[in-house]
Amino acid sequence: MSAPNLSVPILEVDDLVKHFPVQTGIVLKRTVGHVRAVDGVSFALHKGETLGVVGESGCGKSTLAQVLMRLEPPTSGRVRFHGEDVFAKRGRELQALRRSIQIVLQDPYTSLNPRMTVGDIVGEPFDIHPDVAPKGERRKKVQDLLDVVGLNPEHINRYPHQFSGGQRQRIGIARALALKPEVIICDEPVSALDVSIQAQVMNLLDELQREFGLSYLFIAHDLSVVRHLSDRVAVMYLGKIVEIGTEEEIYGRPSHPYTQALLSAVPVPDPAVRAARARIRLTGDVPSPVNPPSGCRFRTRCWKATEICEVEEPELVTRGAGHHPSACHHAEEQTLLPST
Amino acid sequence: MSDPSVLGTAVAEPDPPPAGGADAQERARSLASDAWHDLRRRPLFLISVALIAILLVLAAFPQLFTSADPNAGDLARSRQAPSGQAWFGYDLLGRDVYARTIYGTRVSIVVGVLATTFTVLLGGTLGMLAGYHGGWVDTLVSRLTDVVFGLPFVLGAIVILSSFREAIGEGAVGITALVVLTMAALSWPVSMRITRSAAITARNQDYVRAARALGAGPARVIWRHMLPNCLAPVLVYATIALGAFIGVEATLSFLGIGLRDPVVSWGVMISEARDYIRVAPHLLLFPAAFLAVTVLAFVMLGDAVRDAFDPKGR
Repeated sequence: MSAPNLSVPILEVDDLVKHFPVQTGIVLKRTVGHVRAVDGVSFALHKGETLGVVGESGCGKSTLAQVLMRLEPPTSGRVRFHGEDVFAKRGRELQALRRSIQIVLQDPYTSLNPRMTVGDIVGEPFDIHPDVAPKGERRKKVQDLLDVVGLNPEHINRYPHQFSGGQRQRIGIARALALKPEVIICDEPVSALDVSIQAQVMNLLDELQREFGLSYLFIAHDLSVVRHLSDRVAVMYLGKIVEIGTEEEIYGRPSHPYTQALLSAVPVPDPAVRAARARIRLTGDVPSPVNPPSGCRFRTRCWKATEICEVEEPELVTRGAGHHPSACHHAEEQTLLPST
Repeated sequence: MSDPSVLGTAVAEPDPPPAGGADAQERARSLASDAWHDLRRRPLFLISVALIAILLVLAAFPQLFTSADPNAGDLARSRQAPSGQAWFGYDLLGRDVYARTIYGTRVSIVVGVLATTFTVLLGGTLGMLAGYHGGWVDTLVSRLTDVVFGLPFVLGAIVILSSFREAIGEGAVGITALVVLTMAALSWPVSMRITRSAAITARNQDYVRAARALGAGPARVIWRHMLPNCLAPVLVYATIALGAFIGVEATLSFLGIGLRDPVVSWGVMISEARDYIRVAPHLLLFPAAFLAVTVLAFVMLGDAVRDAFDPKGR
């Protein structure tokens, strides 16, 4: 893993909120509530770093990516890129921002236009930002990009359906790389792929990071995938970050009950260890994000919940003997996985 | 933990080795050039284009194909069967059916093609805008569509044509234009709905999201990403509508609000022949056959174009 420079944050997210209104009525729409998809998320991404974001389906991971890419307007909160407010940018400034932050989408089968050649797909960034590459050099640049992501540059005239899932995801990565961004948001880039292909794509992402000094915001629901790539990890539950720390802290010494429960479910290859370790089984479903529980959002499924959890929402701070921020009143570090 | 052997060279490398010698000569292709390349090899496309070309020549220069006057009637030869003198026979008023069919091509093709074009352009544009923007634009356009959809076609056509009849005068070009525009003005809701639903589907695709993330504006998203993926259903509708419009023109003529007598069209001939189908079937057969061949040619053209623009079919 390349050593990220932790002193220079390039992307700072401050209390980001995204609520989707729930409306009823056909002509006269009435707002009856809000889906609190992202509800006060703060973190910083440093240069050359990979920040993993994990959480189960519906916890707001993908919405976070959409809002950071400015594909959805935020409800409130601030995002600064190199200290500049991202949401204040318009027109030319926004286009410049698009060159610096790019996204790799989850599903390689829907993220490539079926009626465009690979050359047109990977070359589209140059059409939108003509100053990046002069017209004569574009084809060569596209071929170089295909080469970088491990595809045959001669396949420039093929269509997406002629490629496998893993190859398609490489095309998506080449498209994101075309503008030489500083930050790439990976929205579950491997969850639609076979396990064997997952490893290839993750190794590619890792290699590209070293080569171009990229910063990744790596979103996934698979803990082992995130561990493989991340320097730091944030765990999300119902629109909030419940615990954030280095890869070693989260996996080795998790302090939030939710993180502990997630890690206790990770398969362990050694049968002896597997029999010995304690499994934490969560009961019940994730509460509705339209009407989240009062106080701590996890309290309805938490075995440690007491009265204070119902009344007071725990802040994401380092407390007691802990070493990293955790949003739990009863945070307590615990080792669950054998160290690797 | 990573395997560098699967990876190639860097973008930033100043002089990367040329990738594949044979590839250097091969030109970059796009969907349009691929589609054209593919079309030229499709028999369906070649046949339909040949048929349409013949029909266009008939429409442009009918006098090259017949020396008979399509409006010269002689009651003595009323409803005579086809013969060496008149290949398609004579109609009720003793006019040469062959000459009338040839002269009728112009109006039928012009009305069919133009009415279809305007209908698809108007409906397609509105549907695309409604599908792309959503929200209040979609609501407004959709409700407007519902209103137009609710108008009975014949009633609406009677109102429009009789209101503007005086202003247009008796010129054949003016009346044809009015008929075409009336048809388009009353028929666009179907193509609008088809395009809108296709546009909504395309709009929510991840590739549109990716294009927006790259900074693509509405024009690029609509033109490069949504339009090629919305084309197929509209094209199918358009080729079917073409035949219907040629028939609709006859309905309007029959009601006395469409094209009038000196102007000949297949639609008028078919509607005149309806009453004599048992005693003189040739009156119906020949114009109907021309109509069927025309519609078939455009349906085949539409099919070929649709297939050519679908890379998966190749």
